[in-house]
Amino acid sequence: MVLIRRFEEKAGQLYGLGLIGGFCHLYIGQEAVAVGIQSALTPGKDSVITGYRDHGHMLAYGIDPNVIMAELTGRGAGISRGKGGSMHMFSVEHKFYGGHGIVGAQVSLGAGLGFAHKYNNDGGVCVAYFGDGASNQGQVYESFNMAELWKLPIIFVIENNQYAMGTSVNRSSAEDQLYRRGESFRIPGIQVNGMDVLAVRGATEEALKWVQSGKGPILLEMKTYRYRGHSMSDPAKYRSREEVQEMRDKSDPIEGVKAYLTKAGVSEEEIKKIDQDIRRQVSEAADFAESSPEPDAAELYTDVLVEQY
Amino acid sequence: MGIEIKMPALSPTMEEGTLAKWLVKEGDEVKSGDILAEIETDKATMEFEAVDEGIVGKILVAEGTDGVKVGTVIATMAGEDGAEEAPAPAAAPAPPAAEPATEAPKKAESGTSKLATEARAQVADPAIPEGTEYAKITVREALRDAMAEEMRADDRVFVMGEEVAEYQGAYKVTQGLLAEFGPRRVIDTPITEYGFAGVGTGAAMGGLRPVIEFMTFNFAMQAIDHIINSAAKTNYMSGGQMRCPIVFRGPNGAASRVGAQHSQNYAPWYASVPGLIVIAPYDAADSKGLLKAAIRCQDPVVFLENELLYGRTFDIPKLDDYVLPIGKARIMRAGKDVTLVSYSIGVGLALEAAETLAGEGIEAEVIDLRTLRPLDTATVLESLKKTNRIVVVEEGWPACSIASEIAAVVMEQGFDDLDAPVLRVTNEDVPLPYAANLEKAALIDASRVVTAAKKVCYR
Repeated sequence: MVLIRRFEEKAGQLYGLGLIGGFCHLYIGQEAVAVGIQSALTPGKDSVITGYRDHGHMLAYGIDPNVIMAELTGRGAGISRGKGGSMHMFSVEHKFYGGHGIVGAQVSLGAGLGFAHKYNNDGGVCVAYFGDGASNQGQVYESFNMAELWKLPIIFVIENNQYAMGTSVNRSSAEDQLYRRGESFRIPGIQVNGMDVLAVRGATEEALKWVQSGKGPILLEMKTYRYRGHSMSDPAKYRSREEVQEMRDKSDPIEGVKAYLTKAGVSEEEIKKIDQDIRRQVSEAADFAESSPEPDAAELYTDVLVEQY
Repeated sequence: MGIEIKMPALSPTMEEGTLAKWLVKEGDEVKSGDILAEIETDKATMEFEAVDEGIVGKILVAEGTDGVKVGTVIATMAGEDGAEEAPAPAAAPAPPAAEPATEAPKKAESGTSKLATEARAQVADPAIPEGTEYAKITVREALRDAMAEEMRADDRVFVMGEEVAEYQGAYKVTQGLLAEFGPRRVIDTPITEYGFAGVGTGAAMGGLRPVIEFMTFNFAMQAIDHIINSAAKTNYMSGGQMRCPIVFRGPNGAASRVGAQHSQNYAPWYASVPGLIVIAPYDAADSKGLLKAAIRCQDPVVFLENELLYGRTFDIPKLDDYVLPIGKARIMRAGKDVTLVSYSIGVGLALEAAETLAGEGIEAEVIDLRTLRPLDTATVLESLKKTNRIVVVEEGWPACSIASEIAAVVMEQGFDDLDAPVLRVTNEDVPLPYAANLEKAALIDASRVVTAAKKVCYR
C-alpha cells in the first residue's frame, strides 16, 4: 500500500514535470482495495481486469514498478513498449488483463475471462473492478445477467470512490447503495469499508468461497475515496478541501494498517525501514523511467496484427 | 371454386419451400387458426395456419414436394357457404405436383431479389489442384461445416450468439452444432450484443477461440465498441502481449425488403480499423475456406456474410481441411478490356455484367477481393496493368467506401496504367427504402455495371 502511495505521488510529480503525458489517474486513497483483494487471490490461477485507474492494481500484483513507470513516461522499456500508456497496461504473465480506457468495458471483458475459467474448468476466479461511474453503464447489467445466468466465477468489485469524475454518486445514481445493483439479477452484494485493508481481505475471502462453490457471481461494493482529482487535469472543485482532509485524517488506509501493525507488535523502526525501502524503490523506478530511451521508431508498425498476410 | 390456398412466403428471402406435411385431408372441416400444413423454408420448419373457416377441397400439392414456389396454389377450400362441394373421401388422389413452379405468380420485383444473381465464376480457383472433384453446397452449409470442422479440431473453439443453439440459428447457419457439440460450446445468449461481444472478447483474451454470431451486423452497432476498442487495439496497446483471436460473424449488407435499419454494408466501417482482419466472401468455397482460416487466425476477424447468398448453391472442392489464405483476392473470370473489382454479393453482379459485356465484345476481368483488410492491392494493380480500366462494384454506400479506397490506391499506385477514370458502381446515397420500386432504384444491379464498364472503355 505504501508502494502504491509513493509510486502515485511520484507519478504525479513526473506528470507535473511533463514527463508523463495524456491522462493519468492516480490511486491515492484507494490502496486498501487492490491490496486487500489481491492478498486473497491465488496468483497464476485467478485473473484480474480493471479500468484506467490501474497503476495500483498492477503494483499490488507484484509487477515491476520500473516497467510500469517506464510505460507512464512512454518509453520502450515500458510494459506495453510505450504504446499503451497509463490507461492501457497488461501482464498476461500475471493474469492481469488490463488496463481498459472505455468506462465499463472491463466488466463485459471480465465476464468473458470468467467464462474462460469455467469453460476450461481451471478453478480460477476473475475479479473485475469498476468504479461507481461505470456502474451506470448498460453493459454492466448485460454482463450481470449473463454472469448469473451461466454461474460464471467472477467477483464484481465496485470501487466506489464517490465521484464519477466530478459527479457524486448521489447526483448520478437512482440506487446509490451500489452493492444492491445486482439484486434484480439475483447477484448478492456486500458493502465493505474499502479504507480498511483487513475488512477488504475478509470480504474477498467470503466472496471467493461463494464463487468457488459454484454459486455464480457476487458483488462487492468497496466504499473508498480518492484524495486526488479524477485525473491530473481535474481541479476537483466539486468537493471541499475539508471533505478530503477529513478523509485523510480519519480514514486513511495506510494509517489504518500502521495502527494494526503497531498493535501486532511491529516496531516504529521496522515500519520506517519499510518506508525507506519503498522510497528508494520508487526513486529508482522514476530514474529508470526518465533515463530509458523512447521506443524505436520501427515500433510504430509492430503489434498491429499478430500474423503476416 | 372456393378459396385458393397458396404457398406462403414465410421469411423475407423465401422464394420456394418444401411442403413437408399435410395436417388436414380432403373433406376436413377447418377453423381459422387450425394448422393446415408444415412448410420447410430456407430457415426453419413452419406451421401454416388456416385463415378462413371452411372445408378442405382438393389438395393440389402432395406432401414431401420440394421446390414449391411461393404463391403456388397448394389446395382449395370451400368457404362457409359451401361454394365448393367437399369431395368424397374416395375421390381421386391429389395430383402429383410435378411442376408447381409454373404457377408462381409475379411478386413485386425488388432490388434485393435481383442482387442474388445466378452468374457463376468461369475460372476455377487456381489454388485448387487439377482433377479435384466438386460437390454442391449452399453458402449456409459451407459456413456451418467450417465451424464444425474447426470445433472438432480445437476444443477452444466455441460459438456464441442469439438463437445459435436450440433454435439452430436465426438463419440456420449453426444448424446441428448444438447436437454435436453440446451446450458448453454452442451457447445461446440473451439479446445483449454489447454484453456478449464483450464476453467473447474477454474469453479470447483468456485464451479461448470464440466465434461470435451477430444475428445481423446491423445489431453489432451496439457492440462496435468491443470490436474496435477492445478486440482490435489490445495487441498493439499491450506491446504484443495480449492476443485476441476471435471471429465476429453474421450477415451483412442489404437483406430483402427489411428497410433501412436492417440493411447496411459495414465493410468500409470495419475495413478502416487497423488491428482487424475483415473478410467478405462471395461463394460457398470461399466462405468455408476463409471462415476456417479466420477461426485459426490469431488476430480478431470481422467475417461479413450475406443473407441473400446463404441459400445459394455453389461448387465446393472435395478436399480435406479446405483452408484459404487471408488477404488474397481471387480472379473469378479472366479478361483483358476492363477490370471489375468487387466483393461479397457484388461479385455475382460483376460476373453477370461480364457475361453481358462478353456478348458485346468486351472482355471483363472480375476480381473478388474476398479479404477487405488487409486489401490485396497487388492483384488489382496487376489486373489494371493488363486492362487499364477499373470499375468497382459495391453493394453499399458510395462515400468512404471500399470503392473509394480502391480508387485512391489505383490513383496513387497505378496512375500511369489508367486509360480512364476509376468508376464506382454503388448503391444510392440514401438509407435503404422499403417500397419495392424504391429499393430497386437504390441498389446496384448488373446493368449499371455494364453501363460503367462501357463508359470506361469509351463504348
